This record gives sequence, structure tokens and C-alpha cells, in this order.
Amino acid sequence: MNDTSLQTRTVTVEREFAHAPEKIWRALTQPHLIEAWLMKNDFVPALHHRFKLSADWGAVDCEVLEIEPNRTLSYTWAAMGLDSVVTWTLTPTGAGTHLKMEQTGFQPGQDAAYNGAKYGWNKFTTALDEVLAKLDA
Amino acid sequence: MDAMTNAQDILFRTLGDPTRRAIFESLCRDGEQTVGALTARAGISQPAVSKHLGLLKQAGLVRDRQQGRQTHYTAQPEALAPLTDWTKQMARFWESRFDDLEDLLKRMDQ
Repeated sequence: MNDTSLQTRTVTVEREFAHAPEKIWRALTQPHLIEAWLMKNDFVPALHHRFKLSADWGAVDCEVLEIEPNRTLSYTWAAMGLDSVVTWTLTPTGAGTHLKMEQTGFQPGQDAAYNGAKYGWNKFTTALDEVLAKLDA
Repeated sequence: MDAMTNAQDILFRTLGDPTRRAIFESLCRDGEQTVGALTARAGISQPAVSKHLGLLKQAGLVRDRQQGRQTHYTAQPEALAPLTDWTKQMARFWESRFDDLEDLLKRMDQ
């Protein structure tokens, strides 16, 4: 890992579905359907619409950035200190749809002022990763 | 300054101090402890330890619990989330959301 101040990271999850893009689009854009697989929400498929996804652990603040029916849906995703953008891409295939979700955001940076502190931190955070891994288990 | 940089800032500042870091590590490693027990280990005065614990508490890194005349402290390692790699967590999250989406799509057929 290099020491540029902010690093963009992307999470990509993709899957083939034996369903038409139009149907998946409904699941991605109709509030009662979104709630069935993601979270409670006040989503409206309109550009710049601000909405909230809420769960028992908290809420995610979102704003629609891009919307092209049955093809692309993109919104901001801000929660627990993470500022990111989630983009859904639907590509028709012979048997159904290839659905891709990309979430791009900033990896916590290494502010120059804290490089010194961070140096002593490396070992420490490794130990903490172990603690956190145990909590997950 | 965005929320994430800010959260990190506070964590770095709080744990940048070696004494505070040692106190936090001790709580992570050995579980809940009283101020007295932490003082015995830290080799500094009790008011100094209390001050460090106050700052750790402000950063959300420890939680305190009063029992009789003693204050017990517990580490809150989840507070370190802004420093850990969010991509791992989110990948797990989305994989399970995709599973639920798949189930929903099947139900929508009926």
C-alpha cells in the first residue's frame, strides 16, 4: 500500500440471474421490493432524489446519481463514515441478466500529518485485525 | 473534512499516544479492568490513567461501568472500523444481499 492521502477502493459483486432485466429493475427500484432484499427505504426512481435506507443497525444516506431504466442505476451511499457510490449495471444475456454491483469509495487515507503515528501503528492494527476477526466469528 | 477523515483523525490522535495505546491494548487483550488495575500496570498516577481513559471514551474506544466505588472499563474495538478495510465488510454484505435478491426474484415469479 502506498501513502497517497486518499485511495479509491472498489467492491464488485456480480451474478447471473435467470430473470429478465425488467424484472430485476423492479426489484432494484420499487420500495416494497427493495425492502424485501436490501433495507427499508423511501426510494423514488428520480435523478437527484435523496433517500434513506434504514436497518436496525442504522441508516444509509443516498442520492440518485444516474438512472437509465433496465440498464443502470447509481446512487451515493454514505454510512458509518464511509462515503461511496453504488452502481448497478444490468446486461441482458441469452438466459437472463448479468447483474453487476460496484461500490466505489475512499479507503481511509494516511494523512501526512499522521504518517509518523501510523508507522508505530502497523503492528498494532495487525493485532487488532485479529481481535476484529474473532468478533466476526 | 469528510466524516471518514474526521473519524480517523480522532482515532489516530487518541491512539497516537503510546500510553493510551498501551491501556487500550491491555483492555483488548485482557478484557474489562478497573482504573486501579490499569494504574498498577501503566506505571503512572491514577489521575493520569483516568485522563487517558476519558480521551479513549470520547473517541468511543472504551466504555465505562460504575460498580460501587469502582469504575470498570471495557474496550470497544468496533470503534476502529474506520481504520479497517471496509471493502471486506461490504463484499460480505453485498454477497448476502444478492442471495436475498435471488430469493425475491424467485418469489416474484409466482
